Amino acid sequence: MDNLGTFLSVLSQGLPFTIIATVAGILLTIVLSFVAGLALMSSSKTVRVISRIYVEGLRGTSEVVQLFWIFFALPVLVGFQIVPIWAGILVLGLNHGAYGAEIVRGAVQSVPRAQVEGAIALSMTPAQRMRRVILPQAVVEMLPSFNNLFIQLLKSTALLSFVSINEITRQAQQVLVPRFNPQAFQIFLLLLVMYLIMSLVITAIMRTLERVAAARVGRKPSARSRSQATGAGIA
Amino acid sequence: MPSVEKSGADPMIAFDGVEKRFGDNVVLSELSFTVAPGEHVCLIGPSGSGKTTILRLLMTLEKCDAGTITVGGTSLSHMEKNGKLVPADEKHVRDVRKRIGMVFQQFNLFPNMTVRGNLVEAPTRVLGLSKDEADARAKELLDLVGLGDRIDSHPTQLSGGQQQRVAIARALAMRPDVLLLDEVTSALDPELVAGVLKLLSDIGSSTDITFLCVTHEMGFARDFSDRVMMFDGGRVIEDAAPEKLFTAPEHERTQAFLHAVVDR
Repeated sequence: MDNLGTFLSVLSQGLPFTIIATVAGILLTIVLSFVAGLALMSSSKTVRVISRIYVEGLRGTSEVVQLFWIFFALPVLVGFQIVPIWAGILVLGLNHGAYGAEIVRGAVQSVPRAQVEGAIALSMTPAQRMRRVILPQAVVEMLPSFNNLFIQLLKSTALLSFVSINEITRQAQQVLVPRFNPQAFQIFLLLLVMYLIMSLVITAIMRTLERVAAARVGRKPSARSRSQATGAGIA
Repeated sequence: MPSVEKSGADPMIAFDGVEKRFGDNVVLSELSFTVAPGEHVCLIGPSGSGKTTILRLLMTLEKCDAGTITVGGTSLSHMEKNGKLVPADEKHVRDVRKRIGMVFQQFNLFPNMTVRGNLVEAPTRVLGLSKDEADARAKELLDLVGLGDRIDSHPTQLSGGQQQRVAIARALAMRPDVLLLDEVTSALDPELVAGVLKLLSDIGSSTDITFLCVTHEMGFARDFSDRVMMFDGGRVIEDAAPEKLFTAPEHERTQAFLHAVVDR
């Protein structure tokens, strides 16, 4: 590993793009998950249909094609070129938000009906019931699934290399491998380790949130949350 | 025992020709009865006879398929708009609901809030009480139910009996005119039942709340009620003062039921 220093330094130049895309993608995912997830349960049929089209449309098509479409096809239609990193974040958020919507819907529906009835008996409005009673309990159920989703999103940032964003995969593939071809094995191993470390960071944060959220509803993290978390080394 | 005779006063609760079906299953048919303000009425009868459905209809957790239900003279299902009777909207239903409280078999406390949170949530957000007012009311009610020292506990840290006491306090914090009790001791360990029933008796005798209770505790029904209604197959088959119903029931179905429960 004579060139380890060089490899690390070149890959690190890609880290800001990977991290920015991941963090911004996660934020957009959270917003879209809640908006679309709650819309899936709306009393208005129009709202339900629109969010269902969004979820199925984005979940059921290729992320790479979505990226190409926003980056190459959309400019032809609307007449301006979207900044590559924004296009990347948009696709990551839209795509993972579609999965997240189902997580939100499932968790909200898993809150026992008795809780809703308790809130109705106290004359709370539908909005109060959702915000004060149902969502705080549902969030506990969502966190393990969101942990998985966020790790998937992190790994999907590698796709951004297709639109010339110099994130870590592109740095490895375009900068390092052509020059140090015989050491491709080490380069890609290093790349794997970098993704692994970042995913462990996500898991550590999510596990902390799980513990806090579980304590808020007066229970220990569920067995489900322990088995679903992927960061086995972090307990 | 307060007297049942409150003739002349408008009923607090009135069912008129109420029918409720779940699919093909007729749970209540042609049900009519009234409950006077301040009256304590217990509903007894075999499981599946529609007793709990009556409470759920009153709490607007279910809608009836035919007939009308009024609480304090206000219909649950309809409202007047421009002189016409139209189906009730969410706001109308919520306004009627404010007069009614309910205590559930499984307590239904909110696990994401402390005991205090459970007690102040609705009074502040629904009734518009200030935080201090709601807090004072919560403390007073927790003292009443004997849990003054558990105000900052989590519901999950309490025993079933304590949780049910909190649920009773939570319902009372809304100052309801009508309190519905749905088998409130059925989920409790046997040694905790007496304490909760004693508490309800105390509340019953010290307030003018109208009570409608579904219960399998015949001793409680006898001591607490002004009137007992025996249900079977979605109909009231006997409606009498407890002294009469428990000692000399007229209907043979009532006799058989009481025989079975008492000999248990």
